[in-house]
Amino acid sequence: MLQRQASLWVALALVSVAAEARAKAPADPLGSPMWEAHARTLFGDDPVRFDPRVKVDFPMIAENQRSFPVAIDARAIPGVTRMVLLVDLNPIPIAIDYRPTHAAAYVATRIKLDQRTPVRGAVQLASGEWLVSGGWVDAAGGGCSAPPVSRVKGDWADHLGEIRGETWPMANGVSRVRLSFRHPMDTGFVANIATYHLEALSVKAGERTLGEMEIWAAVAEDPAITLMVDGGAGEPLRVEARDTNGRDYRAALSVARQSPMPAGR
Amino acid sequence: MILSRRSVLGGMAVLAAAPARAADYAIAPEPIGEGMWLVCGADEPIETDNGGAIANIAIIATPAGTVLWECGPSIRYARALGKQAEQLTGKPVVRVYVSHLHPDHGMGLGAFDPAIVAALPGTIDALRAEGQGYADGMYRLLGDWMRGTDLVLPGKVIGQGEEDFGGRTLRLLALSGHSGADLALLDSQTGLLLGGDLIFHNRAPSTPTADLAKWRGSLDQLKALPHKGVVPGHGPFDAGGMAAIDQTREWIDWLEATLTQAVRDGLDMVEAGELPIPDRFAAMAAARYELQRSVSHLYPGLEAKLLPRVDVP
Repeated sequence: MLQRQASLWVALALVSVAAEARAKAPADPLGSPMWEAHARTLFGDDPVRFDPRVKVDFPMIAENQRSFPVAIDARAIPGVTRMVLLVDLNPIPIAIDYRPTHAAAYVATRIKLDQRTPVRGAVQLASGEWLVSGGWVDAAGGGCSAPPVSRVKGDWADHLGEIRGETWPMANGVSRVRLSFRHPMDTGFVANIATYHLEALSVKAGERTLGEMEIWAAVAEDPAITLMVDGGAGEPLRVEARDTNGRDYRAALSVARQSPMPAGR
Repeated sequence: MILSRRSVLGGMAVLAAAPARAADYAIAPEPIGEGMWLVCGADEPIETDNGGAIANIAIIATPAGTVLWECGPSIRYARALGKQAEQLTGKPVVRVYVSHLHPDHGMGLGAFDPAIVAALPGTIDALRAEGQGYADGMYRLLGDWMRGTDLVLPGKVIGQGEEDFGGRTLRLLALSGHSGADLALLDSQTGLLLGGDLIFHNRAPSTPTADLAKWRGSLDQLKALPHKGVVPGHGPFDAGGMAAIDQTREWIDWLEATLTQAVRDGLDMVEAGELPIPDRFAAMAAARYELQRSVSHLYPGLEAKLLPRVDVP
């Protein structure tokens, strides 16, 4: 008995030495109870710092906790290779993990909120370093555990696969792409409805992948996604997506030949 | 740091005790016509500082007794209101009208005998379906202000176009647009029009249950109805009777046109909520707040209508 207890202490001591040896995430300006745990999982040993140039934009009120708009704009930072939308206190903390390969460092979508929580954007540079920013959002509970509207109405299957979208040329050969999918985005937290959500999305031009992302059920029902990809007027774009049941989704868009959007967007 | 279970529990008890009993509501009726008083709501969102007392409420003295237009967000508010109204008029409350389903207007109706609380059939149906959700939301936002407040349904269904209270006739107008069923009231004696939330004044209109086309139709009807001053659902009394109607109309027209253009321009919801608000709405309280709420209410519908299908087999 005594021996067992002693070996337990040795094990615990070893664990704490190992933890000390790892790079520690900086103290969280938002004071989130989950920051250290998420930072460890998401960033591992990569260096992390808070940087206000990662603009995480959202409305002043969470009017609808099932669908809360968030935009991450890191266009002020050169060399962004990956963008993660992190919601600390959601049961599904990551909503989107985006790689803007040939695209501007911008992504906007709508997420579920299960309670008052920090909402963050974390962007990774080619060096491996992560830059993080965000803020607290107050919200009523239940965004993740309430059944989707289309499940209640019962018509989700009638519309599955419908994709709406459009593209708008911007300055410098970049185009804004807006996509909206009909999908229940089931979290698995509603009785007798298994997890079922879009899990992968990519935008391509010819053989080039402009941007691709992994998607979790923290993204709101009927996901709406805004990206800014490299591609000028007249260029055909392909969208490919897949959900957790292996169903494929395809869309074709062409960047309109029109005058670019006003500067600043 | 090592915490014993007892010290953790002790700490939690301190935290739980922190939200003290909310202060009392300050209800200050101002005379706006013969036998008619207005209790102005705060031109703010529903929040702890105002206890949810944001909707305008009217007190009408009739020969048959006191009539209340709306009764406020909580049972505590409604009790204080009833007491004060009876002191003011010297007569008991015989009728309470609830203009529509939103909780800032009538969640406190349990302070009265449900048999004297009247609402449109559509309002009662909507409260039956959604009232509990609204009650939960109010408790979350207001905490102790709501203590003792339960969802109670109005007991009297409004079926007729007017009610007579010992010679003072109140005309009842069944309209819609701000919600599925919106009541407005015209007092024959003073000519004052009580618009409920069909009419806002210097406070941005809210749209969580709005049908903008029907709302426009209702505003047309109210504008055409001969009346003197207007008591809006939110914001100051409009003595002239037209400014508040026109301003409400102008806002919902601007809102719909602006959000439609935003979808056409490819803006995301976050960006749409940050669009500039024209100077002509500078006097409107809570304009940015209501614009962002309206984006949440209206944007998905506009996207479904305006963005083309792009899926391919």
